[in-house]
Amino acid sequence: MPGLCRDCLSLFETGTPGGLRCPSCRSPRLIVHSELDSLSIAHMDCDAFYASVEKRDNPDLRDHPVIVGGGTRGVVSTCCYLARIKGVRSAMPMFQALKLCPEAVVVKPRFAAYVEASRAIRAMMERLTPAIEPLSLDEAFLDLTGTQKLHGAAPAVLLAGLTRQMETELGLTGSIGLSHNKYLAKIASDLDKPRGFSVIGKAETEAFLRPKPVRIIWGVGTATQAALEVAGIRTIADLLRWDRADLIARFGSMGDRLFHLARGQDTRRVTRDERLKSISKETTFFEDTSDPELLDGHIWRLAEQVADRAKAKALAGRTVTLKLKKGDFQLVTRRHSLSDPTQLTDRIYRAARDLFDHAGTNGPFRLIGVGISDLAPEALADLSGDLLDPDARKRAAAERATDVIRARFGTEAIIRGRALR
Amino acid sequence: MKLSIERATLLKALAQAQSVVERRNTIPILANVLIEAEGANVSFRATDLDIEVVDRAPAMVERPGATTVSAVMLHEIVRKLPDGALVNLTEDAATGRLTITAGRSTFSLATLPKEDFPIMATSEYSSNFSAPAPVLRRLFDKAKFAISTEETRYYLNGVYLHVSTSDGAQVLRCVATDGHRLARIDAPLPEGAAGMPGVIVPRKTVGELRKLLDDDEAQIAVSVSETKVRFATPVITLTSKVIDGTFPDYTRVIPTGNTKRLEVDASEFAKAVDRVATVSSERSRAVKLSLDEDRLVLSVNAPDSGAAEEELAVAYGDERLEIGFNAKYLLEIASQVDRENAVFLFNSSGDPTLMREGNDTSAVYVVMPMRV
Repeated sequence: MPGLCRDCLSLFETGTPGGLRCPSCRSPRLIVHSELDSLSIAHMDCDAFYASVEKRDNPDLRDHPVIVGGGTRGVVSTCCYLARIKGVRSAMPMFQALKLCPEAVVVKPRFAAYVEASRAIRAMMERLTPAIEPLSLDEAFLDLTGTQKLHGAAPAVLLAGLTRQMETELGLTGSIGLSHNKYLAKIASDLDKPRGFSVIGKAETEAFLRPKPVRIIWGVGTATQAALEVAGIRTIADLLRWDRADLIARFGSMGDRLFHLARGQDTRRVTRDERLKSISKETTFFEDTSDPELLDGHIWRLAEQVADRAKAKALAGRTVTLKLKKGDFQLVTRRHSLSDPTQLTDRIYRAARDLFDHAGTNGPFRLIGVGISDLAPEALADLSGDLLDPDARKRAAAERATDVIRARFGTEAIIRGRALR
Repeated sequence: MKLSIERATLLKALAQAQSVVERRNTIPILANVLIEAEGANVSFRATDLDIEVVDRAPAMVERPGATTVSAVMLHEIVRKLPDGALVNLTEDAATGRLTITAGRSTFSLATLPKEDFPIMATSEYSSNFSAPAPVLRRLFDKAKFAISTEETRYYLNGVYLHVSTSDGAQVLRCVATDGHRLARIDAPLPEGAAGMPGVIVPRKTVGELRKLLDDDEAQIAVSVSETKVRFATPVITLTSKVIDGTFPDYTRVIPTGNTKRLEVDASEFAKAVDRVATVSSERSRAVKLSLDEDRLVLSVNAPDSGAAEEELAVAYGDERLEIGFNAKYLLEIASQVDRENAVFLFNSSGDPTLMREGNDTSAVYVVMPMRV
């Protein structure tokens, strides 16, 4: 069985997978796997990225639990592993985090520093393969298929080298998942965090997935999980007992995906920086609803999420789309073209709300989604006002002010009454 | 039905009918024109259920009667016939066809029963008046560019025709806006129009109406009710439903406190705007106006494609001002000016700007600025 030392990158052959030390440097950090030479799809995920950057740039923080996030009223953006031991998690309200870990040092996020570190990592990855698909600042898929000849080393060696280089040159650690498709690579990178390197080979795919809860499947959120539970499906093993046709009949296109993912089959390619065509968010309800107040609240929150993402990506959309799925899975989509691109929650919400009012259907709905498409750079967004809606300018200014407050004090710092519905 | 008619007369009568007919139709009869021959006249009637047009022409009617055939096809045939030809239309009840002969050409078109043709219900018009064609032409021509195409605000998809007052005098007024620009055009109130209800005349109707207004000498009979509007010449009657909605209160949109006054030759201004906008590849081309003492600099800066600048000598005596507009909107309002200089009244770079021709307040335009 081939083995690889993650410290000195030397390759060796061994009969047993466990309890070894590297024959060259005596390091215990080894990967031994029968498919080590052939697997080439990887997921790299930095460990507590924001917190690690903070610790690197301020060594005094090294031995303290660090929480990156806004003010005492904000939420946890990232926390280091010392804080995680105390139970602190991302997206947790700050007051709760500080209750769990009062000794934590709270650091305001410095996005410029994270972007710079992310770019440096990206440059290292570029040297390995052009097929890189970043998911965010701190994680990316890499397809190293066919690079062995070029680099004179197997993908596993290159990846171990990548994390080693990140540690020595940038002082940041990451975890690698190596497998035969994106879905499994992403699961793998999470298995052995931090500073991990996990491999899921073709041979053990089914055995590995079988006992796992359905939640592990990409795209299975709370609502799908609940729907699956109603059907008596809790683990992947439960899913494996279902026919493809039955799954599709019961869960639609999601059923088809469940069928394949339960078997570890995922044919999505690692696509480089695919230019974003649309930004959309949707939510599935626990119970079908036609309550207009409740739906209005959802439309607002979804519009806000879409606008947030557009702002983060420096993009704006000319077309607003509303998607409604009825209790009987009938799908209704409505779209509206704006006079100029927008990235404002207010305009996206108003357009989506108008589409909802004129959708010609009143539910009950099981899903609602809001999106923007026909994207343009933000420099072209919201340039002209509306003569007939003089208040729009004030609302836009209020939204920009809200964004500034949120950037400083966290998303929870200021909320629209409408969002509470 | 059997009749003969001069080709040019027939072509003119059919032209309006075929333009009202919707090209993509799911109801076959709506693609047809209803031909009715009686006495010394033949009439052609077409509808899309919102607009109905009836066009009358003199003809030699041998046998009165009525039938319907494809409006577009009949129009195409007549259009391709040689000028000066005499066209014979003969309905053959046995075969259900309409035969068209002219010179050595013979055509035979399928017909649909005249009884199936939807005739627009006649309604009581609460107001009837007469207006010279040039007056209506000016009212609608100068307003129509601002009509909105946005379907969600359907009540903006037309021209708001109503009675208002300007400088203490009652006027007949057309207003159109799409939220970015607005046109408000006034004409002296025709006799008998005072009690007219305000109606939103749909975009398509405005287009069809325009064809009735070319003759400077013509008097147009206008009839208005809450739901319909009718424009008639001795030969053509155009009836249209109006948009069922409330036109927004446009008066609060028209700025009254704008004091910074720019006077510029409209055609020179339009040409310069057009020139500098060339370098912008974006769909919404923003042009920056930089105003200083008797000097206007138009500039476009498109980071991806290039930059342009042009200076114009103008009359401007207020403090420095920089304001941006969509080039297309500026061109459109500048092209409405035909006699005098264009006068722009600004407030700040974020407020709506007013434009009029000299000191003539019978046609004012409002345009929303753009951030630049």
